[in-house]
Amino acid sequence: MTNHWVDFKNSDVILIMGSNPASNHPVSFKWIQEAVDKRGAKIICVDPRFTQSASKSHLYAPLRSGTDIAFLGGMIKYILDNNLYFEEYVKHYTNASFLVNPEFKMPGQNKGVFSGLTDGKYDKGTWSYQTGAGGVILKDKSLKDPNCVFQLLKKHYSRYTPELVTKITGTPTDKLLEVYKLYASTGKPDKAGVELYAMGWTQHTVGVQNIRTMCIIQLLLGNMGIAGGGVAAMRGEGNVQGSTDHGLLFHIWPGYLGTPVASWPTLKVYNEKNTPTTKEKDSLNWWKNKPKYVASFLRSMYGKNLTLDEAYAAMPKLDDGVNYSWLTIFDQMYKGKFTGFFAWGMNPACSGAHSNKVRQALAKVDWMVNVNLFDNETGSFWRGPGMDPTKIKTEVFMLPCASSIEKEGSIANSGRLMQWRYKAVNPVGDALPDGDIMSEILFKVQDLYEKKGGPHKEALTKLTWPYGKMVGKHYHYDPRKVAAEINGFFLEDKKVENPTKKGEFKEFKKGDPVPTFAWLQDDGSTSSGCWVYCGSVGEKGNLAMRRGQADPTGLGLYPEWCWSWPVNRRIIYNGASVDLNGKPWDPTRAVITWNGEKWTGDVPDGAGDPGKGRPPFIMKSDGVASLYGPGLADGPFPEHYEPLECPVEKNLLSPQKNNPAIKRFDKKGVGSDLDVYASVTSCDPRFPFICSTYRVSEHWQTGVLTRWCPWLAEMQPGMFVEMSEELARDKGIQSGDKCIVKSARGEVECSAIVTPRFKPFNIDGNTIHEVGIPWHFGWITTKDRTYNPGDKKAEVFTHGDAANLLVPTIGDANTMIPESKAFMVNVVKKGGR
Amino acid sequence: MNVSRRGFLKLSGAVAAVSGLGISLTPVSAHAKELKIKYAKETTTVCPYCSVGCSIIVSVRDGKVVNTEGDPDSPINRGSLCSKGGSIYQMAVNENRLGKPLYRAPFATAWKEVEWEWALEKIAENVKKSRDASFKQTNAKGELVNRTEGIASVGSAAMDLEECFTYQKFLRGLGLVYIEHQARI
Repeated sequence: MTNHWVDFKNSDVILIMGSNPASNHPVSFKWIQEAVDKRGAKIICVDPRFTQSASKSHLYAPLRSGTDIAFLGGMIKYILDNNLYFEEYVKHYTNASFLVNPEFKMPGQNKGVFSGLTDGKYDKGTWSYQTGAGGVILKDKSLKDPNCVFQLLKKHYSRYTPELVTKITGTPTDKLLEVYKLYASTGKPDKAGVELYAMGWTQHTVGVQNIRTMCIIQLLLGNMGIAGGGVAAMRGEGNVQGSTDHGLLFHIWPGYLGTPVASWPTLKVYNEKNTPTTKEKDSLNWWKNKPKYVASFLRSMYGKNLTLDEAYAAMPKLDDGVNYSWLTIFDQMYKGKFTGFFAWGMNPACSGAHSNKVRQALAKVDWMVNVNLFDNETGSFWRGPGMDPTKIKTEVFMLPCASSIEKEGSIANSGRLMQWRYKAVNPVGDALPDGDIMSEILFKVQDLYEKKGGPHKEALTKLTWPYGKMVGKHYHYDPRKVAAEINGFFLEDKKVENPTKKGEFKEFKKGDPVPTFAWLQDDGSTSSGCWVYCGSVGEKGNLAMRRGQADPTGLGLYPEWCWSWPVNRRIIYNGASVDLNGKPWDPTRAVITWNGEKWTGDVPDGAGDPGKGRPPFIMKSDGVASLYGPGLADGPFPEHYEPLECPVEKNLLSPQKNNPAIKRFDKKGVGSDLDVYASVTSCDPRFPFICSTYRVSEHWQTGVLTRWCPWLAEMQPGMFVEMSEELARDKGIQSGDKCIVKSARGEVECSAIVTPRFKPFNIDGNTIHEVGIPWHFGWITTKDRTYNPGDKKAEVFTHGDAANLLVPTIGDANTMIPESKAFMVNVVKKGGR
Repeated sequence: MNVSRRGFLKLSGAVAAVSGLGISLTPVSAHAKELKIKYAKETTTVCPYCSVGCSIIVSVRDGKVVNTEGDPDSPINRGSLCSKGGSIYQMAVNENRLGKPLYRAPFATAWKEVEWEWALEKIAENVKKSRDASFKQTNAKGELVNRTEGIASVGSAAMDLEECFTYQKFLRGLGLVYIEHQARI
């Protein structure tokens, strides 16, 4: 999230699209309602289904799953055609004026794709900017040059007419225009609009581009960096912001530092390849500091046990261009490429797309470690439906861990707020905190290597781990020590020049905490586990424990309630909330204010001294936000493509039906026999309906915790399929009937819920039905499974298995997040046809 | 001194021993609630479910959770909780929680309860065996890669920040490159 939860109260228009906060982030609605009650804010909800959020909104528009770019592309056209954009903001704070290579071609003139496409990969040579003397990007501040970003944007979205958008999305044109008009009203300096998205936008083959389209709208309307504005990525897990910050993904080290690849053999090469430079004279280009963060991270791994160069060499490297993400892991596992597997605090047998493939894959490893609070479909996969344990070789360790109130530590919410949690009670039985478990495994592996040797053993034995002490036979991991390591400290006595005051020096002693990341060094004299958290622990203690109630701006920033990254800033990009002279666009909602000497309010982001001309988006090397985004895999402007499995024969916008840059697992030599899709080239009559997965308030994720909690299991007892009255009539189904929902990959039994919340779509004259299923269920808590002696039975049983049994193994072109929000199924009454 | 329960919590920091005695509670309606948490120790936590980050007060007496409720001091939730957050009590007080490490031998048809020490030692041996067998110092092109190709990991956003940091340290120290978690799905 660029802003934070309480900030919803500062909005004038709240667009809920790609999410359903009333059900899935229920307490956030407190602040949405506050905006309505106190400011007269309007809520818009755009969703295939009339959700609980829709029922609270002023304006609801239905759209077919997977057509968000068409919908929003039409909004871009509307804003530009009617001159509703915030001109000064667009001109100075975005790349609207940048001139693009005249060779660049857009889908409208190039058969639905951008220039440079060969074999599903873009060569981005023609996506470049025109440059002049000294490599400075050429610009046209009048925004009239036909090759400037603004004119290209206009041209690209001129194709997204309301009539065509209606044909694609199924949204009635009058509703479409009503949404466009209301949301575009926030393009005035004294109006703020925010967009709330979640997995409804990410789980598509065009997931990143869905979000990009909205970013373009927010920039055109001047809604980034201001109170009540921003793009709110509402995350699905209490600490998924934090686990991402800390690099539990193949492609990033903590703090969003790219994982090294094989062609970068040394730290020097890594820094050269990864540290952006700029020729724009006023741009701060904050990432120029990257070598400091990389060096400090390497120190947090190995301290001074290894030199920086040795530490870099010791770290594992990826092969260039190879993707090691989720779908690839289970594909490789299914093909027998792994002998060992950790499923730590996860339940992939239900959360992984095409869960049958995942469950089959688990039988191919020699051993698996599963750490969880409850028995689950992953740890117990070998005794699941259709499995014969006597034929499954996998040795499984299911380790019981402490729950969040049985240990201490912190988590980061969607607003980047790091909040400390205290231990209330001891863990149940012999369960241990995750930190204790991983420490003990590490020590035992290190011992084995010390005794018996092994390849490249220093990478393992030289790791520093000063995080606790042995108490009896067990290691007690101390999260407070780790929090201090993540913040960072000086490894030696050092005199450092104040990064914000030239000529002023500060002396640090070995072991002193580093005050903020601006003080980190690239010479190995500082250690910091994750630079964005530098400043969280210091002389004043661990700031995530703060409980201060002060709200000096009245905007709900609460700067003394815990701590948020970076540097306790509550609204990022807030340098864009003021004009070129430092005056807030809206003085009644001033996030930062210049008092003549310094900024007050929120911790300023990118704002230099007023009038000095520094562009505020300092994480971009050119200093401005990207209307045109040449960094992505699938195009610098979002373009509508159909979901891989879809109910239409053609993309009505162009001859290119699907995102051309996605990785198809059904291609020869890529995936496996299980990777099958339906309705890709033409409609498959076996699977005529669109299906989307979603959540209910009472369960969380795969239900791995909540299905075991009787209060919750009783309220939401099992799988259902929600469908329109029209479809139910066609299929002879009534509410409560047992149904089978089937895709090309699997099937799942559901109870029918027949409701007017779904309505058939009129897509270019055809009636198209969409159904929806929740994804929280699994066989382990059902009554009908085989119970072994000694098995614990749930106090309240649930019914049905995982929605992911149906989901295709196809991912977004940039992130490889699976397309769970739009795929094709059939629904039949159980025992019927 | 008239100290409200909320003020008392603030005065005493995050951990406060709340006794009914000596605290004047003006609203009569709070009486029943007060009895439930009488002599209980209070700590604060943050809901582990969605990412809003609602604060919760956990009341513990004799080592047992006796009550959980929304924390009115949190500027995010001001005491409100949803159905999941309101059920945190059942995560701690729940007969189905795993209390012992379980082991399933190859081709076995049932779980066996085992001791931590035994399980962790066996895991460590497995890790070493898999790592030794699959470790690549260089790739097909002869470039330095220092990676373990035979082990993958998924997880976890369910861990604390500190655990996430050390977990990636543990995995990368082992040489893993197949590292993923909930953020990808």
